Amino acid sequence: MRKFEKLISVAAPYNESDVDTDAIFPARFLLLLNRAGLGKHLFNDLRTSASAENPFILDRPEFKDTQILVAGERFGIGSSREHAVWAISDVGIRCVIARSFGDIFRANCYKNGVLPIALDADDHARVLAAAERAEGLTIDLKTKHLSLRDGADIAFEVPDQQRRALMVGQDEIGAILDEDADTIVAFEAQQKRHMPWLYLSPEQLSSFQADSPQKGH
Amino acid sequence: MQPDKPLTLYEKVWNAHVVRAYDERNALIYIDRHLVQEVSSPQAFESLQKHGRLVRRPDAHIAVADHAVPTKDRTLPFKDQLADAQVRRLVKNVEAFGLPYVPLEDDRHGIVHIIGPELGFTLPGATLVCGDSHTSTHGAFGALAFGIGSSECETVFATQCLGQAKQKTMRVHLTGTLSAGVEIKDVVLALIAEIGTAGGQGYAIEYCGPVVSALSMEARMTLCNMSIEAGARVGMIAPDETTFEYLSDKALAPKGAFWDDAFQYWRTLRTDEDAVFDKSVEIDVSQIVPFVSWGTTPADSLPITSTIPDPASEQDAGKRARLLKCLEYMRLKPGERIDRIQIDRVFIGSCTNSRGEDLRAAAAIVKGRKVAKGVSAIVVPGSASVRLRAEAEGLDKVFKDAGFEWRDAGCSMCVAMNPDRLETGERCASTSNRNFEGRQGPGGLTHLVSPQMAAAAAIFGHLGDVRKLMERTYA
Repeated sequence: MRKFEKLISVAAPYNESDVDTDAIFPARFLLLLNRAGLGKHLFNDLRTSASAENPFILDRPEFKDTQILVAGERFGIGSSREHAVWAISDVGIRCVIARSFGDIFRANCYKNGVLPIALDADDHARVLAAAERAEGLTIDLKTKHLSLRDGADIAFEVPDQQRRALMVGQDEIGAILDEDADTIVAFEAQQKRHMPWLYLSPEQLSSFQADSPQKGH
Repeated sequence: MQPDKPLTLYEKVWNAHVVRAYDERNALIYIDRHLVQEVSSPQAFESLQKHGRLVRRPDAHIAVADHAVPTKDRTLPFKDQLADAQVRRLVKNVEAFGLPYVPLEDDRHGIVHIIGPELGFTLPGATLVCGDSHTSTHGAFGALAFGIGSSECETVFATQCLGQAKQKTMRVHLTGTLSAGVEIKDVVLALIAEIGTAGGQGYAIEYCGPVVSALSMEARMTLCNMSIEAGARVGMIAPDETTFEYLSDKALAPKGAFWDDAFQYWRTLRTDEDAVFDKSVEIDVSQIVPFVSWGTTPADSLPITSTIPDPASEQDAGKRARLLKCLEYMRLKPGERIDRIQIDRVFIGSCTNSRGEDLRAAAAIVKGRKVAKGVSAIVVPGSASVRLRAEAEGLDKVFKDAGFEWRDAGCSMCVAMNPDRLETGERCASTSNRNFEGRQGPGGLTHLVSPQMAAAAAIFGHLGDVRKLMERTYA
């Protein structure tokens, strides 16, 4: 995962509410197997239905290379598809600021080096106004502060663990295996003693497999 | 923390799975069960391979292809090469990593959230995840079940654990009596309309009360399934006799002495009397009439007897703008009667409403009637097992005689990534879970309804009150 420390960029204002992951990344592109290059389908239907005179926000010249998206309320609700975050990341966006997020979307952001920042109404309005003026923002994850060109300084919250992971570009699986390999083994041993029924018996497993016709695909 | 602090159902299952507590809220939790499908898994498997990692416990996973598969003409290869490649990739991956897999032509095949319970893979008190937001469905059994992204799928493959934040708890207490023509789908649409798409965000919902106790497992699954549409990743119901009865003959449920042990434990899986929820909602279902969504989120739902809201009467400028945009997309006019909205398609299916009971309820409305001219209607059973049982009951004949198509199991028209989808401007009465813009196909117009209401819409040719058809039947 890419490290995240400091970001200086204009921010694309997209103050819509209830933008779901189907809108961010339409389902028919979920058939693609490669996560690289998904950015060309980001907001596909909204981009293609916009007019030439009034293009989608990310297609306007001033926001073409933006690394920040300022969304509205409940951004990223709906389907768990991580493709939504892969597509956002693929076009170079590394931070999404919103009033609030869908829970699964937010979790997916952290796994991909994308920082989700939820702001209250006042702070959100100030950032949105700056974004609309195409002014640069500075986001400092180390100090958990966001600064605007007019000198305004806004503190934001990030859970410590996610902040650390973003800053070092942590391989989460590697970290769990390094720190907790033994703890997991111990947990499984006690669980197997107390709740052995949580583990399928070898008979159940083999009859499950044997019942499969194993043809076709 | 006091040793005997009263706990909610969610807290009990959470506590039993903490491998390491990072702090008061965050912990590494153990995952007992993982359902794997073709869309959210390929990138996870690819990354495992890249890092030279194995699946820690292959026996804790079951894989099945449901999203991309056609529901008719399943001759191989699929016409859609991308879909074919995606399902082939899943098969290749489950072979490489040694995971149990349910093939398309297996009698146990179906939508991942339908077959988990049917197999007895879903158990009370277990943690269960899947790379799909509707994993909340399995909470109907008192499992702690939630949807995850592909990266989290990879973490579960490699470690059988996930770092998670403990959710706040929310109690949804349902009292009263469901009226004729009203199903649990109507109740959950009414609930989401009341609390909003973020009403449950950050919460694990527990559904309880006399209405819930009286519900079948199938209806409980519909209820928990829709939790995510209120923003809640988790929706749970305490296991009871109904749950145990359902599980007793399922292939992968515990057997013999293991069943007895499990049973003892499962009976403790209920919220303690004095446990405190962070939020509480009370709904008297007696007041609820058949519901239908009119807008582009599930919270945009109203009784079928209503008219389309008027943006002019909305005081808040932001809400007014949203409403205008929503009505423009949905091609609806303020003040228009909802029960006069003409439809083109009907979809009875999806992990929300494709179980035996759903099909029976719809068939009872359809029986002896015909699908209205110009309407194309399909029934997509949630699994091969649901389909076979329905066929044994003659339900397929009821639907086909009326002019419905009867399909093979899959996610079908809920997700617009297989051949079943809406064309731009087509309007559909759908028993699925999401009415977002383009959800059923670019430019498609979705109205979420119960199975009975979908059946009624097919007969009327427009959205309509199913109770009118019932009066005719039973008067």
